[in-house]
Amino acid sequence: MGLLSNKNKEVLISPLSRNNPVIIRMLGICSALAVTSKLEPSIVMGISVTAVLAFANVIISLIRNTIPNRIRIIVQLVVVAALVTIVSEVLKAFAYDVNKQLSVFVGLIITNCILMGRLEAFALGNRPWESFLDGIGNGAGYAIILILVGFFRELLGSGTLLGIQVVPTFLYDSGYVNNGLMILPPMALITVAVIIWVHRSRNRDLQEN
Amino acid sequence: MKALRNYLDKIKPNFEEGGKLAMFRSVFDGFETFLFVPNTTSKTGVHIHDAADSKRTMIIVVLALIPALLFGMYNTGYQHYLAIGQDPGFLEMFIYGFLAVLPKLIVSYVVGLGIEFAIAQVKNKEIQEGFLVSGILIPMIIPVDTPLWMIAVATAFAVIFAKEVFGGTGYNIFNVALVTRAFLFFAYPADMSGDQVWVRTGDTFGIGAGSVVDAYSGATPLGQISVATKDMIGSFQTVDILGNPLSLWDMFVGLIPGSIGETSTLAILLGAALLIFTGVASWKIMASVFVGGLGMSAIFNLIGTTVPMSVSPVEQILLGGFAFGAVFMATDPVTASRTETGKYIYGLLIGAMAIIIRTLNSGYPEGMMLAILLMNIFAPLIDYYVVEANVNRRLRRAVK
Repeated sequence: MGLLSNKNKEVLISPLSRNNPVIIRMLGICSALAVTSKLEPSIVMGISVTAVLAFANVIISLIRNTIPNRIRIIVQLVVVAALVTIVSEVLKAFAYDVNKQLSVFVGLIITNCILMGRLEAFALGNRPWESFLDGIGNGAGYAIILILVGFFRELLGSGTLLGIQVVPTFLYDSGYVNNGLMILPPMALITVAVIIWVHRSRNRDLQEN
Repeated sequence: MKALRNYLDKIKPNFEEGGKLAMFRSVFDGFETFLFVPNTTSKTGVHIHDAADSKRTMIIVVLALIPALLFGMYNTGYQHYLAIGQDPGFLEMFIYGFLAVLPKLIVSYVVGLGIEFAIAQVKNKEIQEGFLVSGILIPMIIPVDTPLWMIAVATAFAVIFAKEVFGGTGYNIFNVALVTRAFLFFAYPADMSGDQVWVRTGDTFGIGAGSVVDAYSGATPLGQISVATKDMIGSFQTVDILGNPLSLWDMFVGLIPGSIGETSTLAILLGAALLIFTGVASWKIMASVFVGGLGMSAIFNLIGTTVPMSVSPVEQILLGGFAFGAVFMATDPVTASRTETGKYIYGLLIGAMAIIIRTLNSGYPEGMMLAILLMNIFAPLIDYYVVEANVNRRLRRAVK
């Protein structure tokens, strides 16, 4: 029973692709659409959710045998709310600009379905180390999708990446124009749909009939 | 005709199972059924079919669009030479417009049909004919100065995301040509709205060009209406690009700036007559769109506190893409309501919604595109309740 036995590796790796919380279970879509018009907030949001999810999983897993079943949702919410407040304060202190861009969506991590889903489905029935790995894995799976969406939306919509101009000026001179629709919310939905499309066509066993 | 048939029959074995060009079977099939009515017969079920299949139906719509397209070409040249203060005669104007519109038509067809052919090959299905109409509609509903690469991107987006992902021709929720326009409108607003895009002032393949006359302003009548301030009520007058006042006759004939095919209500009505005569498009939808538009703008006339509200109902339906949308877009059989009562409701709401958007939101001087797309979403709902109402009515009669 090593720290990274095969089973634990599976717990850590599978949410990146085959059990991805966003593109397989369709959880956390709301924030994935709201913060991804630029790459930087997407990365920060991904890291924040990963941190909150990992530590919430560990804490709930540690006290899982003492939580009365009838009030477990409230206990989970208190733990998550405390962690979100910490993350929010850290962001305000060290990354104020990004925090302003993320606005309410940091606070709304509390209501992110991925958190409640993992706490209910995994942390309540597993030991702290596995729960930690599960939190890191699911957070990373969420972050990957956010970063992919943010990458394409910022590249095509603003011609920049992390605020740095990457589309060369000679393209603009010869008539290229940034696609304004990419910055609007509908294109986030369509970008996620395209990611799902590519993912399903590479993993045929995931396709539903 | 006979020779063509013989030639097709001669090369046909190459495309059948086991032939050396079998992988292009759907392309061959597409061309063959385009040229000749397929000679297949039913083996089960109903044996009597109408001779007109969907390719023939689509061709009639394309024919109905020709008057508006030709007039649009002429108008493109007319507006250009008006802007630079020359009068080279009818033919020169038409050639200028023809050369300006033709590349758009080619790009739209090549991109759209290319994607359709490719997908039909990959899925090993027949090529569907839906894009025959969409391909000619797209260049007609955009400004003359839209760059070709934008048309290509938008057409590809619309064909893939508005049609193919839903299952191809006949399964789309939204009108494909309108999705193309909506994509252009929201993605590249600077090239799709404002005063600069409706009249081409540069040359086209070396023809035309000259210095623009002093009085020139490229705003469309609807654009002028949307920026008019409150104190202009009563004195407001739509003008052409040189500042001369426009009469109702000018608006009806269509020598005004606007998207390529939409300006001439006269040419559009010619197309409408053909569509109604052949029974291809529903007169109920067309009529109720016009009624909805007239009624809504009459109501706004009564309020009349801003310039857009006080535009007369007749002007509202002559200007912009109202008539074009009513005749060619709203009647798209795939995306419109299918029940007979539903068609009236669907049409009335499109007409009313278009005027509401035009009047109350100065950010969108033209509301027709958004109104039709919005009602496309509601068409199945309208049908559902019409059918439910009918079921309930008959049920009551039976139970009593």
